[in-house]
Amino acid sequence: MTMADAGMVIIGAGKAGARAVVGLREHGWPGEITLIGDEVFPPYDRPPLSKAQIVEAGEPQPILLLDEPTMASLKATWRGGVAATAIDREAHEVALADGSRVPYRKLLIATGARPRRLTIAGAERVMLLRDFPDTLALRRAFTGSARIAVIGGGFIGLELASSAAKLGCRVAVIEAQPRILLRGVPEEIAGVVAARHREAGVEIITGAKIAEIAADSVILADGRRIAADILIAGIGAAPATELGEAAGLAMDNGIACDDHMRTSDPDIYAAGDCCSFPHPVFGGRRLRMEAWRSAQDQAAVATANMAGGDRRFEAVPWFWSDQYDLNLQISGLPDEGRRAVRRPLKDGAFILCHIRDDGTLVGASGVGRGNLIARDVKLLELLIGKKARPDEASLADSEFQLRTLLKG
Amino acid sequence: MTQWVVACAAGDIDIEDVRRFDHGGRTFAIYRAPDGAYHATDGLCTHEQVHLADGLVMDTIIECPMHNGRFDYRSGAAKGSPVCVDLKTYPVKVEDGRVLIGLE
Repeated sequence: MTMADAGMVIIGAGKAGARAVVGLREHGWPGEITLIGDEVFPPYDRPPLSKAQIVEAGEPQPILLLDEPTMASLKATWRGGVAATAIDREAHEVALADGSRVPYRKLLIATGARPRRLTIAGAERVMLLRDFPDTLALRRAFTGSARIAVIGGGFIGLELASSAAKLGCRVAVIEAQPRILLRGVPEEIAGVVAARHREAGVEIITGAKIAEIAADSVILADGRRIAADILIAGIGAAPATELGEAAGLAMDNGIACDDHMRTSDPDIYAAGDCCSFPHPVFGGRRLRMEAWRSAQDQAAVATANMAGGDRRFEAVPWFWSDQYDLNLQISGLPDEGRRAVRRPLKDGAFILCHIRDDGTLVGASGVGRGNLIARDVKLLELLIGKKARPDEASLADSEFQLRTLLKG
Repeated sequence: MTQWVVACAAGDIDIEDVRRFDHGGRTFAIYRAPDGAYHATDGLCTHEQVHLADGLVMDTIIECPMHNGRFDYRSGAAKGSPVCVDLKTYPVKVEDGRVLIGLE
């Protein structure tokens, strides 16, 4: 087979990989599609792994994003349970762990990210969460009155702390920084989340440096000893770039893409947690997103371009977290703002509107019970995408309908 | 046989907006399109059982507040990832300033 006959190949069967299969067909690609995933499951949804699937009563099943019949109906070939081991750019082929080679016309790398590990002695006892089997292992660990130490007060750690507390475990969160959610979440919102954890009986220890992991506890640098039967680390993730690096693709905090999600090789694209790209709404600032919606949006753009289109990635970043009855959502880039206008909503919910010196709305971050903040965060996201400079008194007025601003 | 149930007053929903209506242990979403016509669908997103009435109506599309699943609320048609299962729709009529939906 020559390269001209070869199909589209996707490495990585997460959210981006699944979206890419659908995207290639939506954009009219008529030829072969091969999806390669190193997990045995077809693409499944990861957000429930730290939440619903930890606490639900019955044995959970992966929530498939694309099951095998759907892939068959899309005429996509599923190569599950086999890792890609190399990209041969010269030959336009992907080598797999089973010795086979898959030729590609265009290639999408959607290999995601891997959780960072602690590097101190005893770290091998520390559990991590990335995939469905990790969730099954955590379910078995979160029994009865188990004492759980969660290392890292980011989203994964806090969602797991919330799930463990719901199951009746005794939970401590150990965070190295002066507060939880330091990266990307404003202090006022992190404060609401921390208070909710404390209300649920979770101990939050900040500014804590870990000296040692002992058999039954975590020992901090100041000598404090946190008793723990189970240890979990949620200390960030590193982009899975080995294949791209070995193939000589340009790197910049992940696989470096342009605003069309194209790598330094014009026949290779990337999407999701593994890559970075310049964002046109924020002056070309290079971002690497570890977010569910961003993964699917990037895959949609990459596949449009793989199929011969000319589309720029310009979706405004958005992500959410659910802890207890609280829903937190962030859109845009709050750290681009110089001041925040507080928009109070019902039942203690609120949204901070992050604004640049020139009045441009660049971010919105909110927290509240249930779906209280969802609609306004969405409207603010649309305004951020338009680089709007909304009237700040209107933003602060909870009676004011944000929708009005979009029509101006 | 269709049973007509009063969901709300016609003036309760603005143009291009949505409202939740619970009846008989079920939940529905009632919409008013830009042309003023009323529509009704099941109240929960087909993706993760979230109340659509907390979402945003844009033209004839309802967007789920949780994961941005989109549906055309006139037909119930899913408009792309992450949802692929259509919403069930119900007939609607307006009588004496009240919005009624037709249930089987």
